[in-house]
Amino acid sequence: MTGRTLYDKLWDSHLVKQNSDGSSLIYIDRHVIHEVTSPQAFEGLRLANRKPWRLDTNIATPDHNISTDKTERDAGVAGMTDEVSRIQVQTLDDNCDLYGIKEFKINEMGQGIVHVMGPELGATMPGMTVVCGDSHTATHGALACLAHGIGTSEVEHVLATQCLVAKKMKNMRVTVNGTVGVGVTPKDVVLAIIGKIGTAGGNEHAIEFAGSVFRDMSIEGRMTVCNMAIEAGARVGMVAVDQKTIDYCEGRQFVPKGEMFDQALACWKTLTTDADAQFDTEVELAAEDIAPQVTWGTSPEMVAAVTASVPTLDEQPNEEKRKGLQRALEYMGLEGGQSIDSIYVDRVFIGSCTNSRIEDMRAAAAVAKGRHVASSVKQVLIVPGSQMVKAQAEAEGLDKIFIAAGMDWREPGCSMCLAMNADKLGAGEHCASTSNRNFEGRQGNGGRTHLMSPAMAAAAAVAGHIVDVRSFVGGDR
Amino acid sequence: MKAFTTHRGLVGPMDRANVDTDMIIPKQFLKSIKRSGFGPNLFDELRYQDEGQPGADCSNRPLKTEFPLNFPRYKGASVLLARKNFGCGSSREHAPWALEDYGFNAVIAPSYADIFYNNCFKNGLLPVVLTEEQVDILFKEMEAEEGYQLTIDLPSQTVTTDSGHLFRFELDEFRKECLLNGLDEIGLTLKEADVIKQYEAERAAQHPWVFGAIK
Repeated sequence: MTGRTLYDKLWDSHLVKQNSDGSSLIYIDRHVIHEVTSPQAFEGLRLANRKPWRLDTNIATPDHNISTDKTERDAGVAGMTDEVSRIQVQTLDDNCDLYGIKEFKINEMGQGIVHVMGPELGATMPGMTVVCGDSHTATHGALACLAHGIGTSEVEHVLATQCLVAKKMKNMRVTVNGTVGVGVTPKDVVLAIIGKIGTAGGNEHAIEFAGSVFRDMSIEGRMTVCNMAIEAGARVGMVAVDQKTIDYCEGRQFVPKGEMFDQALACWKTLTTDADAQFDTEVELAAEDIAPQVTWGTSPEMVAAVTASVPTLDEQPNEEKRKGLQRALEYMGLEGGQSIDSIYVDRVFIGSCTNSRIEDMRAAAAVAKGRHVASSVKQVLIVPGSQMVKAQAEAEGLDKIFIAAGMDWREPGCSMCLAMNADKLGAGEHCASTSNRNFEGRQGNGGRTHLMSPAMAAAAAVAGHIVDVRSFVGGDR
Repeated sequence: MKAFTTHRGLVGPMDRANVDTDMIIPKQFLKSIKRSGFGPNLFDELRYQDEGQPGADCSNRPLKTEFPLNFPRYKGASVLLARKNFGCGSSREHAPWALEDYGFNAVIAPSYADIFYNNCFKNGLLPVVLTEEQVDILFKEMEAEEGYQLTIDLPSQTVTTDSGHLFRFELDEFRKECLLNGLDEIGLTLKEADVIKQYEAERAAQHPWVFGAIK
């Protein structure tokens, strides 16, 4: 028998039934729920007179549209000023209360962005299938989970049956060997991968990230990478289990202890790709070639090294690319050929399920420390990914560093990543953002997003324009 | 779920690659707790001059007249002709809900993002995959002829034009069956309840830490 990939192993161990028409029934271990994509699913259950299959599989929290402003947050759900959002969050609370689903409510310790909350509580563990009505669910794959986003009909399907009807994906391995340079972060690695394979490069594939760069990376860094698998078109991104995975999980709230932990450990250690396993698609990058990355356009694949320039129309290989580039340049208000570091920023957003964990906060604070936001920058939002991240950052005094630098220290939530709450860009404003999507209008109608790492975003806040963070390392303060 | 067998209808264009679901239905409309009513806000930022608000009446909002779906000739389009990687980005099922609510029964494109593609089938919206060359031909014919219609037949998996083109498309057998019969997928899966329970009991025995911790 030929070897199996990590994805093969996860798939095989969750296969409930293989149907004759090519579809499969897959068992779901963990279902993460938030306010935006669940109300219609719960309503569907009720209309069909069905009940959740299992309760101890579900974990819920509000994150997408809640305020990050302390005054409004302190007033709880009842105090939410956006009436439509308030009803949605209240509906999540009501549904969880009605069915007895565990929810970390708006201001409860444990609340946070779903993909920050799950791993940090130990609700997601190696070897699990994890789904959520959110495309960034691949984040949990950093713990060697088979994790992916689903639509609302599937949220209802999982609630009612604990299964999904699925078709096995193809295997892709993205290998990055070598050692990344100083100032090059997991965000830069994943943006470079997306730049290489494109936003559709991973369609119909599950990606395993392999090679020394990911082995050397922290678990939080791996989460940043897996999080953006969907921006390369792949629903699933994952990294095999190693000692770091085990160390990360041990001691977390929902992770077993004692004898059961040892039992789990024996199982987790098998969650690696066999040496003789075959992949349908292989991609390789060299760590040394990766510089800090910045997106200049309206798709995550429109990305370049901070030292590079915005592409020109003449360089484009065909008419379709020219049209795409022209539209992106017009929307972004940029000229082909202008250097990336000549782009001025109006606002900065450090947060999102991609980059709002404690290591991200520390990286941003290391740049902000002893410096001040440029006078031309209107706002710098620092939004921790969860109540636990916020508490940890405050214990380390990071909030004080941000505040002293002229930045806003906020309450946990999705915030300006998708601008469902009051945190948004105005038309034409440029934003240095640590989020995951630079689509037109994503951060606010007419807003212009530049994706980058937390350290790069903090540096842009200080400089007032996009700047190579490596010029800050060791620089004067 | 609404069934799909054969559809003949007016074709409307969305002539750009990598159309994301934020573009199809912007974030502010995701605050709704309903499944319906998203049609007036389909492609909201491309379609209207002002910023749309959830729940607001769209009938008197100023239109962007350069947006093709606003052209009178495409009014009433029920087949959306699109480019590659349509529906990328967010998993929001509000995207197929908005397309369906607007009046589209099918999309034709060279490729789709995985989650969007999957979501379409749950809502009676058929995402047809043709080659880039075939899609190019349809774009040219549509632009040349006002009132351009074509026929999509799911049982035979074909797209036919009045000009005589017949393009075959592929899709998974189980998706085809569900769509043809408008089947309730949850109901189908629940018929396997005993198999699921048996799997679950075995998993609970071997992987007890997956169960019971969250209460």
